[in-house]
Amino acid sequence: MKNYVAIEARNLGRIYKIRNNRKEKFKELSALENVNLNIKKGELFGLLGPNGAGKTTLIKILTTLLSPTTGIATVVGFDVEKSPEEVRKRINMVSGGETSGYGLLTVRENLWMFAQFYGIDGKVANDRIKKLSEIVGISDRLNTKSSDLSTGLRQKMNIIRGFLTDPQVLFLDEPTLGLDVGASRDVRTFIKGWMSDNGERTLLLTTHYMVEADELCDRVAIINQGKVLACDTPSNLKRTLQKEAIFNINLHAPSGLDMDKFKKITGVKNCALTQKPENTTLDIILEDDSVLSEIIAETSRQTLRILRLEKREPSLEDVFIKLVGQKIEEV
Amino acid sequence: MKNSISLRSFLSASWLGWKIESNWTDPFLFATYSIIKPLASASILVLMYSIVTDQNFNNPMFAYLYLGNAFYQYVPAVLSGISWTIIDDREHYRTLKYIYIAPVNIPLYLFGRGVAKFITGSFAVLITLLAGFLFLKVPFDFQQTNWPLFFLSLILGILMLALLGLLLAGITLVTARHSYYIGDVVASGLFLFTGAIFPLEVLPVWLRPVGYALPITYWLELLRRSLVGNIAKAFPTFTSMSNFDLILVLLLTSLIAGLIAIFLFNKCNHSARERGLIDISTNY
Repeated sequence: MKNYVAIEARNLGRIYKIRNNRKEKFKELSALENVNLNIKKGELFGLLGPNGAGKTTLIKILTTLLSPTTGIATVVGFDVEKSPEEVRKRINMVSGGETSGYGLLTVRENLWMFAQFYGIDGKVANDRIKKLSEIVGISDRLNTKSSDLSTGLRQKMNIIRGFLTDPQVLFLDEPTLGLDVGASRDVRTFIKGWMSDNGERTLLLTTHYMVEADELCDRVAIINQGKVLACDTPSNLKRTLQKEAIFNINLHAPSGLDMDKFKKITGVKNCALTQKPENTTLDIILEDDSVLSEIIAETSRQTLRILRLEKREPSLEDVFIKLVGQKIEEV
Repeated sequence: MKNSISLRSFLSASWLGWKIESNWTDPFLFATYSIIKPLASASILVLMYSIVTDQNFNNPMFAYLYLGNAFYQYVPAVLSGISWTIIDDREHYRTLKYIYIAPVNIPLYLFGRGVAKFITGSFAVLITLLAGFLFLKVPFDFQQTNWPLFFLSLILGILMLALLGLLLAGITLVTARHSYYIGDVVASGLFLFTGAIFPLEVLPVWLRPVGYALPITYWLELLRRSLVGNIAKAFPTFTSMSNFDLILVLLLTSLIAGLIAIFLFNKCNHSARERGLIDISTNY
């Protein structure tokens, strides 16, 4: 049973002590609070949350880069605090949105060197580099110095670095951050293929892109302010909202609108606002359709013009709005 | 498997270190810099000596000073070569976290990165010695040179310096800021206390124990003796000690320094994980 669990966190917590200068006293900032997770072997598990929610802190603990303040975490049965060496043999990690790598080495040299750090035979490493670079689309840049690559291409190089060692557990921290739409799609396709190739592999993905979590993950934990608010399959999470009616209302509101009045309407479970120069969008979760008439009445009272009104199926974003009360990008 | 990974990590780190060390400019400029830098540094010392002693280059003190200065070039090279890796990987290349989560023996990786500095340091030492032999009549007699003693001392000394570099790397891990030049600063500080260019007797009595406690002091003395044995008899400080005594003391002080270095590195490493400093970037 123990081997069935790839990653386990029990009452995991992390407090940072921070101060801006030496004269100040340390302030405690809780980045993770009492996190409990059980990720099964073979699972593609997502951590969904806004920036600063604690996703990266959790990954740092699980990858042995950071010690937890409280609780226990194990990866493939090994305690990350007591046996970091055992954990490191079995994992790898890719962080998105950064340009890490030795700029004066070529892409091939960078990747080959990291393969050596994992004891991978030179020929096997070269074969994998060739294959992976073709899959992610940088095979023509293998002999380019990595300092000459764009941010997106560097990110692809780092993605290869993560997969190159064929780890039992792979941690992807916002892997598509900074990539264009096409490259992100390629990476997601590759991740799906990599997981389906071998049922023994486990992947923990953090993202703040709802679509990514929805498309890729077997299960998703929604995390905010260091706490796991919900954890289930994307469909089960969305099902929790199926009793409710979700509307997307596009408004013309040149002088703004009063959100509080919408929130106070009986039957409104939650609502979130997105304001753009050209229009305003109200995402609103209602107890049932009958509340809609009150919403429309309120738009009239606030002299707002409805441009478009759409009832839609619940998404992970709606689950997030329900749990947190805001859209992920607003948190 | 573990040994294989450790060896590969060490070799890969050495190769990486060499790439970084040698590729910052074109080969011609790199070669020119590698020749001029040690010569310029030695020239300052020779010029000062020449003025102070009215060009008395036959005095054994000249050989003492010249050889001490030549070999001391290893100290900043190895110390900063190893400790700088932490800053370079963490702040510049942002790869330290990926090195850490790999099954790499971190001290071996750091030693590997220091190898390039050792090679360039060796080149600098060789150039300085050659210049001394060809132009300044430093009294080398290659037939009298005690080569076994020279190589034994050199190897012991480099291992000792590598361990001291590890200690500085540990300190660098937990002092995210203000540790950019820790290797050079420490090496400059030790220059005064290790009898590199003047005997320890020149120091105030209360400061001399610092020099006697440092393995570098014995290492430099052994290197001088191995190269200019007869003349070295006129060097002060260790006249009562035989070569064997000096090797024993070098071994003992290196062992103590090494144990302290390993202990402190592990402590700092643990502390860096607790404080979340392994992947920090200060953007300094």
